Amino acid sequence: MTSENPGNPAGRAAGLITRRATLGAAMAGSLLLPGRQTQAQAAKPAEIKVGIATYLSGPASVFGVPGRQAAEMLFDEINEAGGIGGVRVRPIFVDEGPGVDHFVGEYRRLVQSEGVHLLFAAISSADCLACTPLADELKRPTLLWDCGTQRIFEDNRFEYSFRTQANATPEILSALLYLLRAKPDFRSIAVVNQDYAWGRDSWEIFRTGMQALKPGVRIAAELFPRFGATDYSTEITRLLALRPDVVLSTTWGGDLDAFIRQSSDRRLFERSTFVLPLAESSLERVGKALPAGHIIGARGDHWFLHPNPRDQALLARFTDNFRKRFNAYPIYPCHHMAQAVFAMKAGYEKAMAAKNGGWPTDAELAGAFRGLEFPSLTSSVRIREDGQGLENQIIGTSHHTDKYPFPVMTDMVVFPAEMVTTPVGQKSTDWLKTLKPDIVQGLPQPVAYRP
Amino acid sequence: MLAWFSENTLLLGLAALDGLSYAATVFMVAVGLNLVFGVLRILNVAHGSLFAIGGYVAATLGLFIASHGLPAWLSLPALLLAAVLTGALLGPVIERLLLRRVENQEPVLQLLVTFALFMILEDLQKLVWGVQPVVSDAPVRLLGTVDVPFGTDVIPFTAYQLFVLPGVAVVTLLGLVWFLRRTLAGRMIVAVTEDREAARAMGIDAARVTLLTFSAGAALAALGGALASPTASLVPGVGAQTIVLSFAVVATAGLGRVEGAAVTALLIGLGRAFAVYFEPELEVVIPYIIMVAVLLVRPQGLFGVLETRRI
Repeated sequence: MTSENPGNPAGRAAGLITRRATLGAAMAGSLLLPGRQTQAQAAKPAEIKVGIATYLSGPASVFGVPGRQAAEMLFDEINEAGGIGGVRVRPIFVDEGPGVDHFVGEYRRLVQSEGVHLLFAAISSADCLACTPLADELKRPTLLWDCGTQRIFEDNRFEYSFRTQANATPEILSALLYLLRAKPDFRSIAVVNQDYAWGRDSWEIFRTGMQALKPGVRIAAELFPRFGATDYSTEITRLLALRPDVVLSTTWGGDLDAFIRQSSDRRLFERSTFVLPLAESSLERVGKALPAGHIIGARGDHWFLHPNPRDQALLARFTDNFRKRFNAYPIYPCHHMAQAVFAMKAGYEKAMAAKNGGWPTDAELAGAFRGLEFPSLTSSVRIREDGQGLENQIIGTSHHTDKYPFPVMTDMVVFPAEMVTTPVGQKSTDWLKTLKPDIVQGLPQPVAYRP
Repeated sequence: MLAWFSENTLLLGLAALDGLSYAATVFMVAVGLNLVFGVLRILNVAHGSLFAIGGYVAATLGLFIASHGLPAWLSLPALLLAAVLTGALLGPVIERLLLRRVENQEPVLQLLVTFALFMILEDLQKLVWGVQPVVSDAPVRLLGTVDVPFGTDVIPFTAYQLFVLPGVAVVTLLGLVWFLRRTLAGRMIVAVTEDREAARAMGIDAARVTLLTFSAGAALAALGGALASPTASLVPGVGAQTIVLSFAVVATAGLGRVEGAAVTALLIGLGRAFAVYFEPELEVVIPYIIMVAVLLVRPQGLFGVLETRRI
């Protein structure tokens, strides 16, 4: 009660000290609170903690786990080389499997409890849509490392979120352009996509582009089997009876594997040309069940046998190291993770250079990502002013060779990012309608598989 | 209406073939769930995991056979072996160590226990088989395809889909009906299903019957997974998706009814196939539309009987 006795100098002094101590503690505490770390992080940290959201459970773990493996390998390589600006990097993985609500909680926990300096999020488009406003609220730089929805930067502007790869529009449009050149006379098409946002949205992009570039194509069937379906026999019978010239499927993972195998068993590949924009990630598993002559994509400029990589040694080293450590070829989520890691490194280096070697604040780091150009495993990616990454797209035709027990790509076309990406400030659905058929004439020349 | 049928006769025929094979797979899983519920009165959420594990074991055996240069025909009996192994190893362990302990607890607690088991088994699958899709399609390739006439065209079906799946389902149904009605062990199961206390009073070892029934139900789920494995890709989460559909079948059939599971699986299989052909947007929801329609008219299910509350 001494502090409450104004007539006692000692007590008054003690009271002042107590109040000062309390105020000081409160100020220190407030600095430690999330969202208020801007000043605190200007000092070089003991380590850079990176929260990484990926699928470690559920069907999408076929992408999430290879993504995590790539991160582990690349973080180790950065640390072996001395870290970033002399600071070691440490990944903290969280699982997207339990759903969006759980992920939002995990995002907050990573920032507020773990004190991560940067986040890589996420595979799920729903998770990316949920975390981008959160990144601005908590003022924590966030790299969208794999999700595909084009809506994020078309519908909003964010200060702390940046995508280190392309989005659904260039991924699907490039497959359509490839089809238009490889098989210009097709007259009918059927779609078999998973019944969820990606399956529906990707078909919408393809159909809108197709109606602008080749109006009059008959849509023979629009089939949307449930996500995680194991049996496609009914859809395949329907397609066998309809005989569409082209079958499009943006399906992925185990669903795509099952669809390819069942279609192969029933000779559907002999009746229709397949367009499979995500098939690169299934090639090793389906093997030669996928016949030659069908169109396959890789959600970006990703392929271990890329026809013209910017740095052949870098791509070969990454592929070899990944194979040695995980006994599998790196598929596109590994490339996407590599792009996020390379962007992180390049972003820190740019921000530090702007401060003459000083450690950047969160805001300075976020500012460095805008306009950043960084290397990918095959070329380079530039983050536009709206936060969207500009990444080339590779599409090819399946080809069988004795050298590999699975199909490889031939007649590969690398589409320049600017050609297939919606310009800043426009919405994809509007921009796709403005495309003119003569765009096909200006496509780069295909490059054949070189044994 | 008649004109529509005559115009679409060929398509309806194709859809019926597809629906039949799909119904066979659904039946194999649902009948095990139904059997277990009849005796234990527990809705086993982990039943989907047994489906998945059966599939994984079958695929592993198939890959082993292929990689060791053993005759390809061995992949067919390997499907059955996978089901027996899964049922015989996991069934007794789950029943004795877990379900027996919650036998007299509230249904919600029982449900939570089986849900926890489901989560554990899901992680176990990932630990053993990883997260990349696993597939072994030797049985499908072994049996080849059959060309079904379609007007001037032919539609290739796999012989596995046309004959093996429906064949195994029919044999299972007939075998179960015969076993439950014509054998002593089967009648003991029926007695425990009808009235556990009265069965005990008549000297039936209800605990042993429960153990055997659960193991048989587990083996049936595993057989469903094993039969699906040559065409499906096994990935984490495949069990969860199976169990949801199985619940719809069991609820529609009436809990504890074997023949009901067969008829409902057929309804759902055909309904789904017709939806794909004529109204694809309904494909995913058709099983649940059928379930809701049936339960609105018959809350006890198609073949269920109303029970008076026991005091």
